[in-house]
Amino acid sequence: MKLSLGPLLYYWPRQSVLDFYAGIADSTADIVHLGETVCSRRHELRLDDWLEVAAMLADAGKEAVLSTQSLIESESDLKTLRRLCTQTRFRVEANDMGAVRLLAEAGRRDWIAGPTLNIFNPHTLDLMVQSGATRWVVPPEMSGTQLDEIRNALPGALEAEVFAYGRLPLAHSARCFTARHYNLQKDTCEFRCLGISDGLSLSTREGEPFLTLNGVQTQSARVHNLLADLPALANSAEVLRISPQGSHTREIVELFRTALDARQTPKAAFDASLPLMPDAPCNGFWHGKPGVDQLVSA
Amino acid sequence: MNSSQQIELVCPAGSLPALKTAIDHGANCVYLGFKDATNARNFTGLNFDPRQMRDGIAYAHQRGGKVLLALNTYPQAGNWSSWTAAVDRAAEMGIDAVILADPGLMAYAAKTHPQLRLHLSVQGSATSYEAINFYHERFGIQRAVLPRVLSLPQVEQVIANTAVEIEVFGFGGLCVMVEGRCALSAYATGESPNCNGACSPGKHVRWEQTPKGMETRLNGILIDRFADGERAGYPTLCKGRFEVNDETYYAIEEPTSLNTLELLPELARIGVRAIKIEGRQRSPAYVAQVTKVWRAALDQVMRAPDDFKALPAWMADLNKVSEGQSHTLGAYYRPWK
Repeated sequence: MKLSLGPLLYYWPRQSVLDFYAGIADSTADIVHLGETVCSRRHELRLDDWLEVAAMLADAGKEAVLSTQSLIESESDLKTLRRLCTQTRFRVEANDMGAVRLLAEAGRRDWIAGPTLNIFNPHTLDLMVQSGATRWVVPPEMSGTQLDEIRNALPGALEAEVFAYGRLPLAHSARCFTARHYNLQKDTCEFRCLGISDGLSLSTREGEPFLTLNGVQTQSARVHNLLADLPALANSAEVLRISPQGSHTREIVELFRTALDARQTPKAAFDASLPLMPDAPCNGFWHGKPGVDQLVSA
Repeated sequence: MNSSQQIELVCPAGSLPALKTAIDHGANCVYLGFKDATNARNFTGLNFDPRQMRDGIAYAHQRGGKVLLALNTYPQAGNWSSWTAAVDRAAEMGIDAVILADPGLMAYAAKTHPQLRLHLSVQGSATSYEAINFYHERFGIQRAVLPRVLSLPQVEQVIANTAVEIEVFGFGGLCVMVEGRCALSAYATGESPNCNGACSPGKHVRWEQTPKGMETRLNGILIDRFADGERAGYPTLCKGRFEVNDETYYAIEEPTSLNTLELLPELARIGVRAIKIEGRQRSPAYVAQVTKVWRAALDQVMRAPDDFKALPAWMADLNKVSEGQSHTLGAYYRPWK
């Protein structure tokens, strides 16, 4: 079982990003996804910077993957996308069908089908395999049972990667909810999301944390945490994704590693993760329930 | 504007009476769904059984209208055959096009029914010509419905770079998230637009009068609270009032409708081929009102695009049936973002 670090979904200052990945270089993560996937206005690191970080991580023995932006709107978004899809050094995670088209055109047979491609059945997954996908990041809302049904229909077709830790990316919009909060327009947002390391917390009028505003992305408030579900996961997926949070991401990676190596039980690792999380845990999606639910694992 | 390119008016038909109303008031096309999870408006009391669909197609065809079938949710491994059966049934009935989101289902439809016209649903989340051309090359789609996230110049850019006809949303409930990319409802209730065809489904809704006011909840989660005399809205979770940094407001979107009537000459100029009216869950009276206004507006823009003016009476009629009696240009208008 491999551990992967998902793309950084927040907008951190340049030096924080570089320090973070320097720390990841000597972590036990196997795969690291890089690049700006949320908002094209975020420029602390440009594509060339990401390529440098990717090279550094590759030298440290990691598999570096470049992730494409989830929501493509402008011609300049397409320009960046084309550069990502035509570079040949690193594998690419395709997060929309435009990327799939460009990767197929470039003759790539090694790309990763990202979580926003909406692959919910074996027929669509097979189309992606025929187009050159060799790994598939399962949509976070898919249950373990649904995943098993797809894998049984297409045994051994490709590696499956499951979102195992982090605030759930739930929605994308043309609107920036962070800018809206500060009464700013998206085009003149003053980069207010810069440095909000875990997003802006949105609560109900009863003060119950519900969602997280991260620019044009909306996330869960709760932290999806499948540490206690590891035994079932091991039969369903080859790769577990940990989504970087504002703090303790490396410790979380190591907790997954110790549990996978049976140096502690999944339940003990889950308990140890609780004080490291920015909010309460949830795992409902994996169990076919509302995502917000936290179910005790057998 | 290229006068040879007419803009089709695509109206919602949640029921047979709504379909007849839309056709009678000048819709070029109606779109509808079966009574199950194969379409994104899987609500109780809505949609068509096969017999109603047959009647609806006959009614529309006799009057020169077209019928489009939305099969725009994502089938799963365990229920795949329900979606393929729906495609087969639609093809047999002589439907004018099927509106699909799932590539696997498109491949099935293109192979099994090569004569069947395919439209890419807004649920397919294709926002660029690269994505739209992917579906065109692989499955021969002839039309794509754009998610409500692009500005007018961005829509123009898409149209300029694809052979696929482009349909845009013109009026109705405003989905503020990229369609097909929203799991908020699944997070709160376990049912999603993608997989179950429902957003904020009614069976999870609760209204409760409390000393603090009327509270609306979705699966127990407080979506909004209304003062006495304030009209309590349906708890669609992205249109509730929440707290961010101790401020309570519509943090995601106000309850309001999209209305692009005043953009019609621009939409025509850039080559939009069809305008979609949202609202399969609304009454035939809504369909009649909205279709009538949009038919008149489209006729005028086709006749004299340079002289087009969105008449105050049209806007007033549309505002009457808008959510919160207000409207927005949404993402077409850049500052909205």
